[in-house]
Amino acid sequence: MNILYFLIGCSILMALFFLAAFFWASKNGQHDDVHTPGVRMLFDDDKPEEEG
Amino acid sequence: MKSSSTSTDTLCFHCGNDISGPIYTADDKQFCCAGCKGVYQVLSNNNLCNYYHYNQTPGQTKKEVEQHYEFLNEPKIFSQLVDYTDQNITLITFYIPAIHCSSCLWLLEHLHKLNGGVMQSRVDFLKKQVAITFNHQEISLKDLVELLASIGYEPLISLQDIVKEKKDTVNRDLVRKIAVAGFCMGNVMLFSFPEYLGLSSLEHQFQSLFGWLNLAFAIVITFYCCRDFFMSAWGSIKNKVINLDTPLALIVAVLFLRSAFEIITQTGPGFTDTLSGLAFLLLMGRWVKQRTYNHISFNRDYRSYFPVAVTVIKDGEEKPVPIADLNIGDRILIRNNEIIPADSILMKGEGYFDFSFVTGESQPVSKVLGEIIYAGGRQIGEALEMEIVKPVSQSYLTRLWNNEAFKGTDSKIKNFNDTIAQYFSAAVLFVAFAAAGSWWVLGDTTKAWDAFSAVLIVACPCVLALSTPLTLSTVLGLFDKNNFYLKNTDVVEQLARIDTLVFDKTGTITCPNVVNLTFTGRLSTKEEEVIASAARNSSHPLSREIVKWLSVKEVRPVFEYREIAGKGIVAIVDHQEVQLGSRSFISDDKDAADSSSSVHISINGTYKGFFKVKQQWRAELKGLIDALKPQFRMHLISGDTFSERKSLDAIFPPYVPMYFKQSPHDKLNYVKRLQSAGNKVMMLGDGLNDAGALRQSDLGVAVTDNINNFTPGSDAILKGEALAKLPYFIRHAKSAVRIIEYSFVIASVYNLIGVYFAVQGKLSPLTAAVLMPLSTITIIIFTNLTNRYFAKRNKLR
Repeated sequence: MNILYFLIGCSILMALFFLAAFFWASKNGQHDDVHTPGVRMLFDDDKPEEEG
Repeated sequence: MKSSSTSTDTLCFHCGNDISGPIYTADDKQFCCAGCKGVYQVLSNNNLCNYYHYNQTPGQTKKEVEQHYEFLNEPKIFSQLVDYTDQNITLITFYIPAIHCSSCLWLLEHLHKLNGGVMQSRVDFLKKQVAITFNHQEISLKDLVELLASIGYEPLISLQDIVKEKKDTVNRDLVRKIAVAGFCMGNVMLFSFPEYLGLSSLEHQFQSLFGWLNLAFAIVITFYCCRDFFMSAWGSIKNKVINLDTPLALIVAVLFLRSAFEIITQTGPGFTDTLSGLAFLLLMGRWVKQRTYNHISFNRDYRSYFPVAVTVIKDGEEKPVPIADLNIGDRILIRNNEIIPADSILMKGEGYFDFSFVTGESQPVSKVLGEIIYAGGRQIGEALEMEIVKPVSQSYLTRLWNNEAFKGTDSKIKNFNDTIAQYFSAAVLFVAFAAAGSWWVLGDTTKAWDAFSAVLIVACPCVLALSTPLTLSTVLGLFDKNNFYLKNTDVVEQLARIDTLVFDKTGTITCPNVVNLTFTGRLSTKEEEVIASAARNSSHPLSREIVKWLSVKEVRPVFEYREIAGKGIVAIVDHQEVQLGSRSFISDDKDAADSSSSVHISINGTYKGFFKVKQQWRAELKGLIDALKPQFRMHLISGDTFSERKSLDAIFPPYVPMYFKQSPHDKLNYVKRLQSAGNKVMMLGDGLNDAGALRQSDLGVAVTDNINNFTPGSDAILKGEALAKLPYFIRHAKSAVRIIEYSFVIASVYNLIGVYFAVQGKLSPLTAAVLMPLSTITIIIFTNLTNRYFAKRNKLR
């Protein structure tokens, strides 16, 4: 049953890792603008000859 | 978004407006004006016609007003505007109100195709901002702004731009705390679970480990996540008041202390699960409450209205100078449509000023040499030279901002939460001490401590801290859909308490954009055609209205067309000389009473009559006043003249006091007087001239037809078309306050159940952990359902 101690430690470390990832994303401004990227990805790629 | 119109109408391919005048065509596409056509041609020449694929008619009609951006090349202004600059690269963020659809986004992110100097542009859609990185060796800031303006995306440049100074840091800090609280809550719940289910003998060895881990998380929660509650509580105690954060901080402290005590002494599992859940919910409540609008600024003052720089003439040279650097005695050049930044004397040129900013009077007035002109006037006509007599900060209009109304505290009416918090805290403390006291008397000291802490834990007003922001932010969202934008959630409660309404006239209860023309005189069909042909060439709004009003079939060739800004136009059509314009312009009669709201016509020197502009009341104004009449005291206060008194009498009931020719200070003082008589005043205004009154009132509402326009500082912004819904808004705000009161009652029921266990000193962590989420879920469901019900009943959706 002592393996549980190890597993508990792992689970906390993993949770900490995700928390750190969230902090990192937030610090890099990933949550500053949650609307525009969703619109942006719908645009077509530019082709050299595009005409109406 | 746009309803499809009947096929008989011709819509401009670029902006989607009805084409009323001549049709401009390019590539088989039809445009309403040269501006729209111009933008199309620029885009089509650069292979950017995708712009029109993502949305139909994504453009906006170009304003005819020519702007001067020379000041952007001044190093001093340049350095204040840009975010970053080095030898080659400059980074700048513009606020562009015209951003409204995905086409805008696409075009603005393809700026590099229009000019190679632009390296990258990124749009933040909700904030209506675009961040541009460009090589300033290749394209100057001035050229960049002109490029943006040329494709219809003119940035709003202002040195005092609150839109830019977002309080991002505060919000980010809160999000971080929520993340940590969520993390701790999840882990604590996990470690508390065996406790709930009952520990088998095998699991007992983990009990103390779980306890210590929980304690570690509780420390993080208490000292990091809940720090703001302690600070706020401490601040309010220092000011000898009790706000909602005071009992919250007390409860968090008690929860932590008792949990720590139990875990350290190994006497129990503690209440760390309740603590972490509570912290998470409280922080969520705060977050919901902080929801604000990214693209609307409520705190504007005169600096947002004034230009960034004006042209100063020194030693015969023109040089743009930032407003703040203007001195008494400087000679400034004011061009057509520019605003005078400081009180100054007219030195050269014919002044014709629109003071609607300052006085609300919509008709421009002419000024002669040597007169002192107050800041805020907008010149219509030729360029002027003026000499500054007062610094910007001491000018007539600016002094309004030095008034004490602008320095007062923000919270004008105490909200329900803070009021109830006082009684609530008192009641909870009383019960807690009573319970502890009784056990003490009975001789059971451990029970006394148990009961004392348990009462505090279970009587948590966390529901209040959650139901209020939830309800109010739902209301905020609902109002938003109906074009009523509130500054924050507190405004909803203020709205519910209003009993007096003060209306400004021009622009508030009249439509500034709709023109109602009447013609006095006689015109033959041929004369109509002649006038329309001449007026068609002018970009003046009145000329356009005249063309629309006449709606002639045939257009005659026009020769020798001349337009004198602020005066009128002269043209030769079919060998006939046509004059359109102000009275003095037509008749050379200098004494003629001039008014901008009429256009006089003469053909071949014969006076034919005049068009008169009537102010158009907003749609359903009469219905609005009738709906408000039974419940509210109303007042009308206008900077304008008496001229519309008659038609106002037909709309307002006879007992409504009306005041005309009121200066901005008069308005402010009037509101102040009403307040000192015990009224809760809501002021509705539109211009800078109402700014003082808006700020002074308990609830200042700026009425505007375009929310991206500058509006004076206010608590709320109401779109003109939604004015008729005002009674529903007020009624719904009242419903919202009622919802909060009801949820308080529901929460109290749960609290009483908890207190029943708590006073006996036998509150188990499980009971606490179950009661709290249960009451929270009940409240969330309750506020949600009632909000919907009331929204339907109050005819808002």
